[in-house]
Amino acid sequence: MTQRTRNLLLLAPAGTWFLVMLIVPLTVVLVFSFGERGASGGYVPAFTFEQYANLPARWAAFKNTLTLAPIGTFAALVIAYPLAYYLAVKASPKWKTMLLVLVIVPFWTSILIRSYAWIFLLGGRGIPALLELIGIEGVRLINTPFAVLVGIIYGYLPLMVFPIFVSLDRLDKRLLEASSDLGATRFRTFWQVTLPLSLPGIATGSLLVFILLMGEYLIPALLGGGKVFFVGNALVDLFLQSRNWAFGSAVAATLVIIMLVSVTIYMRLISKLGAQREDVSLM
Amino acid sequence: MRLYSIFVYLFLYIPIGVIAIFSFNAGRHASQFQGFSTQWYGKALNNPFVMDALQTSLTVAFFSALFASLFGTMAAVALQGIKGPVRTVFDGLIYIAVMIPGIVIGIATLIGLVTLFDLVNPAIAAVWPAGAAAPKLSMGMGSLIAAHTMFTMALVVIIVRARLAGMDRSLTEASSDLYATPMGTFRQVTLPMILPGILAGFLLSFTFSFDDFIIAFFVAGSETTLPIYVFSSIRRGVTPEINAIGTMVLAASLIMLVTAQILLRRGEKRKS
Repeated sequence: MTQRTRNLLLLAPAGTWFLVMLIVPLTVVLVFSFGERGASGGYVPAFTFEQYANLPARWAAFKNTLTLAPIGTFAALVIAYPLAYYLAVKASPKWKTMLLVLVIVPFWTSILIRSYAWIFLLGGRGIPALLELIGIEGVRLINTPFAVLVGIIYGYLPLMVFPIFVSLDRLDKRLLEASSDLGATRFRTFWQVTLPLSLPGIATGSLLVFILLMGEYLIPALLGGGKVFFVGNALVDLFLQSRNWAFGSAVAATLVIIMLVSVTIYMRLISKLGAQREDVSLM
Repeated sequence: MRLYSIFVYLFLYIPIGVIAIFSFNAGRHASQFQGFSTQWYGKALNNPFVMDALQTSLTVAFFSALFASLFGTMAAVALQGIKGPVRTVFDGLIYIAVMIPGIVIGIATLIGLVTLFDLVNPAIAAVWPAGAAAPKLSMGMGSLIAAHTMFTMALVVIIVRARLAGMDRSLTEASSDLYATPMGTFRQVTLPMILPGILAGFLLSFTFSFDDFIIAFFVAGSETTLPIYVFSSIRRGVTPEINAIGTMVLAASLIMLVTAQILLRRGEKRKS
């Protein structure tokens, strides 16, 4: 047996698995999205663009996703950055790893339970009850866009902190000293040295969070109470309640296409920014 | 800045802490703490629905982690020695598996498998001897394991490949110079070095599968996993029993994670 045959044999189980459980199902979604709905739900073969023409019926879900996903990503970035900076630059080396692990651990625990925790905190008997004690009454937190945003930040903050930490940790601290020796203010050092050098971390973190948010279902379902509706919620409704597979497939395919397009544009932008910086530093 | 960081840590841990504290609440109401009690743990552990769901979740997590670490490691090792189109295709597959949102994977698996079963079931019935009831494929434990294996296999390939890439090439070369067979080199040199990575991959896969809600929601058929049970109880209203289940689930994932971390660290040390 040659080495090549052996390698191909080793690849066979994983390859078959990906084919049957990933490629074939995704193809089925694409095919179904051009089909028609059966009389009792399900799918009837056809070739029509009707499902795609019907997309505006779920416009609200797309609108919510496309506003809250970028806002959530940005909010997570703004909150994560100072923490990542503190961990990478200011924290004592002795505690650094420990503190970083403490940030990441929640991400690997159940997002369901973590979102549930906020139902508990934001619900009528949680924070609003505490606010009533100090005289602020009638505050409603649960089932609002605010609650969804809190859930998003809470759920995905660790994923944002980690890549930014990595890029700041790699940063040569002598550059910061050089900058201040040359008379730059701390703000200017940050703006012209630290921030540009941490751009890859910012880009990676934002990308990861954005991708996950585009397909989010649990957080709006639990904290938005049916009022803040994401594409994910529309998909659950279409597949598990109304059993409209053809239209649901069109919605799913559109979601993936929007994701791929925005990720591609984003990557282009980032690499362009990176390239520009290169030119500046050469001068 | 330090104060700010403390604030973020409080933000990260207070919600989890509150759940854990209230799981020991003697009272029924979520708002006041009425004394220490472990009654909700007793209630949860004696609830047959919870125990059924737990058993399903553990079985699915174990088998999908097992298949994922076995086939994922095989693929990672093979990819080391492969270049050209096969490798490009495989990298593409892993990229797709990780990039596509979980909810789309769930939907695709649901309609893909249902369509497949609709084609296969009549065929099985046709060739099955008359008199005996032909087996019917349907969504359930099998589809759960298959879907989770697909996703976690991608994770294992990524983790094990990272370890292989960090490995000193001269060791395997030395081994084959000393007339070890390829299999001998693998068993005595490569495997011990990547074993921590494989085990970490197994534990992460197990954790992922155990905690996954969205894929399972679509492909579970008539089965109920623990996250599906918890989700539907939350829908019915917040009870202290959910706090107790939640606390146990969080504690279990923490133990898994710490073990995975230690394994990866130990491997790191041996490497250097």
